[in-house]
Amino acid sequence: MTRSMDKISDFVFRNATYLIFAGVLIYYGIQAPSFLTPESLVNIVKQASFTGIAAVGMTFVLLTAGIDLSVGSVMFLAPLMAGYVMRDLGMPVPVAVVAAVLTGVVLGSINAILIVRLRVIPFITTLATLFLFRGFGTWLTSSQQFDFPDEIRAFGLSGVFGIPTPIIVFTAVALVAHLVLAHTEFGRQVYAFGNSPEGARKAGLKVGWIQARVYIICSACAALSGFMLIAQIGRLDAAFGEGAEFDVIAAAVLGGASLFGGIGSAFGAVIGATLIQTVKLGLVFTGVNLYLQPIIQGVIIFIAVLVDGMREKQVLAKMKRTIRPL
Amino acid sequence: MGDLLAFEGLSKSWFGVPAVSDLTLAMRENSLLGVIGQNGAGKSTLMNMIGGIVEPTSGRMRWKGADYEPKSAADASEAGIAFIHQELNLFTNLTVAENLYIDGFPRKFGMIDWATINERTRHILGRLALDVEPSVNVGHLSPGERQLVEIARALHNEAELVIFDEPTTSLTPRETERLFETIATLRGEGRSIVYISHILSDVKKLSDDVAVLRDGKLVDQGPASDFSIARMIRSMIGRDLGGQFPERSNTPTTSAILSARSLSQPGVLQDVSIAVNRGEILGLFGLMGAGRSELARVIFGLDPHETGEIEIDGKPLAGGPRERIAAGLAFVTEDRRAEGLMLEAPIAENLALVSIDRFGKKPFMLVDRERVAEETEAMKDNLSIKAGNIARQPAKALSGGNQQKVVIGKWQMQSPKLFILDEPTRGVDVGAKYEIYTLIDRIAATGGGILMISSELEELLGMADRIVVMNRGEVVGEVGRDEFDRETILSMAFREVIA
Repeated sequence: MTRSMDKISDFVFRNATYLIFAGVLIYYGIQAPSFLTPESLVNIVKQASFTGIAAVGMTFVLLTAGIDLSVGSVMFLAPLMAGYVMRDLGMPVPVAVVAAVLTGVVLGSINAILIVRLRVIPFITTLATLFLFRGFGTWLTSSQQFDFPDEIRAFGLSGVFGIPTPIIVFTAVALVAHLVLAHTEFGRQVYAFGNSPEGARKAGLKVGWIQARVYIICSACAALSGFMLIAQIGRLDAAFGEGAEFDVIAAAVLGGASLFGGIGSAFGAVIGATLIQTVKLGLVFTGVNLYLQPIIQGVIIFIAVLVDGMREKQVLAKMKRTIRPL
Repeated sequence: MGDLLAFEGLSKSWFGVPAVSDLTLAMRENSLLGVIGQNGAGKSTLMNMIGGIVEPTSGRMRWKGADYEPKSAADASEAGIAFIHQELNLFTNLTVAENLYIDGFPRKFGMIDWATINERTRHILGRLALDVEPSVNVGHLSPGERQLVEIARALHNEAELVIFDEPTTSLTPRETERLFETIATLRGEGRSIVYISHILSDVKKLSDDVAVLRDGKLVDQGPASDFSIARMIRSMIGRDLGGQFPERSNTPTTSAILSARSLSQPGVLQDVSIAVNRGEILGLFGLMGAGRSELARVIFGLDPHETGEIEIDGKPLAGGPRERIAAGLAFVTEDRRAEGLMLEAPIAENLALVSIDRFGKKPFMLVDRERVAEETEAMKDNLSIKAGNIARQPAKALSGGNQQKVVIGKWQMQSPKLFILDEPTRGVDVGAKYEIYTLIDRIAATGGGILMISSELEELLGMADRIVVMNRGEVVGEVGRDEFDRETILSMAFREVIA
């Protein structure tokens, strides 16, 4: 009896996000049937793609039991660099995208050097760079709004066969991340490191290099995410991306990434980001008081983290040291 | 046949304290060397030197006739040496195949070639007669199966020497049998093996040669056929040193302070009953992983137990550590620095930590600093803690022995009925040890009960009124002071009958 209960609770823990997702969709569908029209659903995914791209990158970091709080500032600073490349050097959009991502790589490398070489814990390192990166951007712009050339919006609002560009970029990022995580040596080593850093070291893995790459990937994704979002609005103000790290981390954790490392997937991040966006837009659709929305969002994030904690407890219970056969 | 692995004058000391000293030993090709020794005899340090985890202070190692100076675990693995540790080193979130190939996957177009690794893994698992799919997560396997996966990893790395460190600790008898068959298979393939174990009969049965370590030195070696289990135990037993211990100044009463009956917890304890009387020092002996600290944690309410009951002064103990401290328990843990002290905080604060509740001053129950200062100062004098200004000096500035006195003192402030002391003299120098022994004797003489856990049999022989021996989570024997005998106790701990 207890065994089948265990199985049920195990199933619920494993699929908590999907269950919540299904519940949310059904609820909104009943409340406002227009919510489930294709246009509305495409809009949800499009809006989710910005947080989603960054959440995919964040998943790499969470898999190593690390954290990156600086993504919001990277989302601000990287597009700004791309903006200078476009405005002052007259470069076209593709070059600007590359410039943004390269900026992300550089910023991620700064995080990586501090964490791997100087052994400052990720939380503190990225809290510091959160202020550092934004501060640098604020200094460059003197806190003034930065206007991008018009072509960027043309790019941002474009699409292929009716599919908005952000969704295509999001899909591509998620697919590549999935391939890297599930089917390359580096990806599997990220999982191994997250499961046991000491074990990874003893197995002769290059742990420093593994750890460095996840922060670089995370920042590069955040940079791309910021650029895609800026491409929608065409200007960058001083507060852009502030607090985005919470949405991004929440999306990754909702998608099943464990803050304790070793568990998570690229598709999970996609689901998590889409779920958050579904909840947000659904609240608008169903006409819920605007001021209640952050509360509901907070509750959902709390549930996700709670489930993660309970899951980790289960895992720990299984791993508890025994000194005699059970 | 030449020597596979040889040590020449190999030494390693930690801060001047030798862990392995001047070890010279050679191992033949395709042989099985059994290594035995008491806790702290230097086995782990030796293995860590072979494995590239620690660097020798002096001397050298030779591997297949050439100098061998591993700088990392990867160097050892590359040389063809694999370790099967007691605590397995597998990634539980990855599959069996991934665990084998984690340090280098065969690739196709940059992606992992799953077909190839699954097929090769299946082949290796087949050689070990392990019937699990390569794509199963290691987290789903039993301890015995995990160990076979670890051995599979060694085979995959083409290890010529496989070092087993206490491999049977968490295995069932059946799994142990299977392990021995696997070891025979490995030997059949021409591989050499180092087998470290506390189970002497296994060592005798499996080994070609036996090496005995004591205090970091090689004290006995020879063909296994020349070794009786009695000789193994004799060789492992330490030196004789008089005057290390104060005379016990009281005789214990027969009224129990603590009595624990039939404590069981799957995987940890099996039907453990233990009683400590007023004024008694009860020694708890056992090898590493025998379940002594685990028992202490259960008694103190840190870990759960499924069946059995614990009473203090005839009243059942319930709840967590908080309730148990209130009932009169005190626990000096084995990890003084991490669990026993706030290293950065002043000595006085450390001393007042447990009893801070007592120092509330009306009307707002704020801490009465003057009384804290008075009482902690009195405790400092009482225990002769060698410190200047205890309100200023942080605990980390004290020597190991004085730190331990602070830990004992913080409990004494509460006048507990029963002290659990887990390795109370670990990392304490000889002089300070004597002072701690005196302190323990004094607690017993004033009617307290003491449960003293130690890996040093000598100190239990010197201090305890009675010694209870544990092995694999069970109580396997009990010896009164007038019957103390090293060989009897050790053979219980090693669960052997002296032939």
